[in-house]
Formats: sequence, C-alpha cells, structure tokens
Amino acid sequence: MNDLADLGVREILEGLSSGSFTSQEVTQAVITRIDQLEPSLHAFITRTSELAMAQAKASDDILFPKRKLSTRPRPGLLCGLPIVVKDVLCLKNVRCTSGSKILENFVAPYNATAVQKLLDAGVVVIGKTNTDEFAMGSSTENSAYGPTHNPWDLERVPGGSSGGSAAAVAARMIPAGLGTDTGGSVRQPASFCGVTGIKPSYGRVSRYGLVAYGSSLDTVGVLARSVEDVVTLFSSMAGYDPLDATTSESLVPSYTLKPDQQLHGLKVGVPKQYFIKGIQPEVEKAVKKAIDQLENLGADTITISLPNTEYALPVYYILAPAEASANLARFDGIRFGPRLGKEDLRDLYFSTRGKLFGPEVKRRIMLGTYALSAGYYDAYYNQAQKVRTLIKRDFDEAFKKVDVIAAPIAPTTAFKLGQHIEDPLAMYLEDIFTLPANLAGIPALAFPVGFDSKGLPIGMQLMGKPFDEATIFNTAHTYQQATEYHLRRPTL
Amino acid sequence: MPLNPTEVEHIAELARLDLSPREKTRFQKQLSSILDYVEKLKSLDTRNIPATSSVLPTHGSARKDEPREGLSVEDTLKNAAQTEKGQFKVPPIFGSRDE
Repeated sequence: MNDLADLGVREILEGLSSGSFTSQEVTQAVITRIDQLEPSLHAFITRTSELAMAQAKASDDILFPKRKLSTRPRPGLLCGLPIVVKDVLCLKNVRCTSGSKILENFVAPYNATAVQKLLDAGVVVIGKTNTDEFAMGSSTENSAYGPTHNPWDLERVPGGSSGGSAAAVAARMIPAGLGTDTGGSVRQPASFCGVTGIKPSYGRVSRYGLVAYGSSLDTVGVLARSVEDVVTLFSSMAGYDPLDATTSESLVPSYTLKPDQQLHGLKVGVPKQYFIKGIQPEVEKAVKKAIDQLENLGADTITISLPNTEYALPVYYILAPAEASANLARFDGIRFGPRLGKEDLRDLYFSTRGKLFGPEVKRRIMLGTYALSAGYYDAYYNQAQKVRTLIKRDFDEAFKKVDVIAAPIAPTTAFKLGQHIEDPLAMYLEDIFTLPANLAGIPALAFPVGFDSKGLPIGMQLMGKPFDEATIFNTAHTYQQATEYHLRRPTL
Repeated sequence: MPLNPTEVEHIAELARLDLSPREKTRFQKQLSSILDYVEKLKSLDTRNIPATSSVLPTHGSARKDEPREGLSVEDTLKNAAQTEKGQFKVPPIFGSRDE
C-alpha cells in the first residue's frame, strides 16, 4: 500500500475495520493530497481540515478504544471515512456560500439531513466543494469563487454544477463527495470527470438543508469512483425525513449489490431520441459499445421511443427558473449575507440583489419572474407543467416494456473554459439528455464507459423506474465488474 | 418573442434587481433568444393534459401540530447584517425615495 489518499470508499472502510491504518492517518493523507492539487484544480470553496482532524480523532476513539469498555459505542457504517460536501448543503457552523457572493459570510446554523445522516454514520468532512452559483450551470464557471478545472485537462471545465465534488473525486483528492442534481448537476460532471454518480428519485433523499433552487426538481446525490462506493454512502442517506414533506415514506430497500456477473432477463431500453445529430461521434460510439456490453452480459436491448424528449429543455428552462425566482426571493440582505444600499428598504433590496447575484442567477430570476408574471403565467408556466406531464407519461409507457433506459449524458466530452460563457442557450443545450429524468422524477446513474481521442472521459446514464435505484445500481455494477474505465485516473 | 427595454425594466422591478444599462441590454438580447426557443412549447396541444407540479403521488403530508424546539433567537440572528434587541433591523420602509 503506497498512499492512503489513493484508496476508495470500500478500501478505506476495510482498512479501518481491520486496523491497517487509522482515520487520522487517512484523513491526513487526504488533506496532504488536497494541499498538492488544489492550486491547479480549485475544487473547494471552503476547507475544513481542522474540523476533519477532530472528527477523525473522534472516529479513532470509537474504532480503536484505548481501554476495553463494556459499553463501547458501536462504530457507524462509515466511521472514519473522509468525504466532501457540495457547498449548497448545510454543514453546521461552517459557511455555506452556494457559490454566491450573496451568501459569502453565511454560516449554517444546522446540518442538512443528508449531511446529518452521513455524520451519524461516522464520516469525516474535509471541505465544501465548488459549484455554479446556486447550482445554476453546467461548467462550475458560474461560481463567484472562480471555476474548477477538469483534472483530465486543466483547460477544460469539470462540468457542473457539482463540478468541485466531481473533480475532487476524479483527481483522487477524496474517495467520495455529495452533489446535487436539478437538471443534470451530478451526472454531467460525473461524465466530464470520469466518475460514478447517482441522481436519486425525487423524494428518496431529503432536501432539508439544501439551498433550494428548483424545489420540484432538486435531488441530493453521491459521486464516487465506483457503483459500489456510491451505494455505500447512498444507503446511509436515503429515506423519509419528517423535516422534508416531499420525502417518500416508502421503505428504503437494501442496495446490496449482487455478486453474480450476469444480466439475464434484464430489458434495457435504448431511446432513439437520445442519438441525434450534433452528438459527438465518439460519445455515441462509446455509449453504443457500452450498451452492446450490457447485451454481452445477458441483457436484452429494445429500441424505445420517448417522443416528447425535445420539449424537456424548454419545459425545464421555464419551470426551474420560475421555481428559482420564488426560492431566491429570500435573499434580500435582511436575514443572511452582506447588505448593500442603506438609503431605504427598497434601495437595500435592489442593491443587495442586483450587485451580489451573478449574471446567470439574475438571468434565471428574470426568466422565471417573467414566466410567472400576470398575463404570461398560462402561456409559459402552466403550459410547461402540462408538457412535463407528457414527458413523464413517455417514461411511464417505456417502463412498461423495459427495466432500465440507457442513454448518453452529454452530447460532448468536457468543453473548454470560457467556450459557452457568452451564449447561455448553447450552455443550456448541454443539458438536453439529463433534464428528462429530473422532470419525470426518476433515478439516473452516471458512470464512465470510454474516452475520446483527446483522452477525455465519456459517461453513460442508466435511468430507472421511480424508486428503483437498486436495478440501475446492479446493472452498472455488473458492467463495472467486466470493464475498467472507472479505474482509470488522470495524470496530475 | 423579443422583449423590449420597458419589459426588461418591468421584470427587473418585479424581481427587485438593480441592473446596469449594460446588463439591461444583454438580458434583453439573451432572454429574447431563450424565450424564442421555449416558444416551441406552444405548438403542443395540451387541452386535456393535467399539469404536473410534483411527480409524487401524494402531495405532502401535514405533521402533527405539536410544539417542538426550533432555532434559538441567537442562531436565527447570527447571520443577519444588522440586529437590535433580538430582532432583525432594517432601514426605513418609507425613506427618501418613493416607490
């Protein structure tokens, strides 16, 4: 064993339980690795090394008690495991900027439920990762704290908005991290960085303590190096939360992965609307090859139609900004964040919001405000909600015939920093393949299936039936048992 | 559908956003092109289609109305720019400018 910072989730947990090393040793190794790579990647907004070392020590006290106690506390399932948290999820007593100047000095007074559940299981939090401001973006360039760089090519974006977590996992700065996915923000950076990431079913993981963007679409997910590692964290996060009325009360199944390496009887749908003109040929080729591989492993593939796919983008860019414009009304300079404009209350609102929100956030607030304004509500918002029904029905129909749906995640591999900055619509088009799963509320898992000629990772997503994360986990796990794309790492 | 400058100013007013003249020009152009793109939704016949506001089969459930511990006043106020006597402090609503 060389460097503890190279280890994945399962290897760390095994090493800790067998006593091969301590949580403090692995945590220190991770902190040292981040010290080395952070100047070139900029994956973090806030680092919490001191807190992490204290948590690691507390973990070691439980894992390796000095005296034999009759009432020794049982270590949590993730006791001593270092992770990172996207900076839109609250970690108590640590600042949570959401990538925005308007929350520059906001210190979270409580833990997000997803974070709390992982802390209860014993994780050590190393830092808060970079994100597009309020998770609005597909490149992490909309962060008010500067962009994150893709570890496979520092001149390219890591994807977004969970680009900080994705880059950190890919660069072996950390074994796993939390992300959020409102329109593809876990899956697209997972694809651009060559890691595995789950966007859960809407309602499977609590949104309490997540800074809200599009409340009917927001989900909290995990990024790690393999399905196995993702599942290990996800199992501790999922479930009903009395603090989030939109979490499902349905029982969380065991996500234990099946060891047998066959997919016999599994029906994989391949939607023809996801293989369109304009998609980078290498992406299409890699995804089709991965689908062939699923067939080789015993699955049956069936071409399916999701006829309303092309409407997902316009529906999303009405509904998400509309919800955002309402959610972001709370940032007015009164209860949190810096305050500008002193003349009167009106001046305070206009100056604080006008100067401290970044361009993309203002654009979406404007778009959403317009879509909800008198005279336009029916034409835009209501019509978009109706078309959302059509998109959801497409999936309901498809899942009568198939168990999972395999599709590309993004039309291209990672693009260059600055490439889409001047053209918001071109940036939005990056999301065409990821938005439908959010609109339908279904789970989707991203994982690497190849590399393009420049050596950039290519991802594929498996979408599942509502609350059937187990099937997509098992399918992708079987794929990863037979392939090695998820094991490759960038040279840094 | 192109937005005109008055509409952009009206939206910014509703959204309580101070925009620079340059931002107004940019947003006018960018929002117009986005609205132009979403225009394609109007071609769909949705007369008999219900709206989906949430994908969940049930729409929220009310918890029992029992008192419970919330955030302390201190924790609630600690992120505010200005406080006084355990409350948020704001500048006058009716100040030197009228709305």
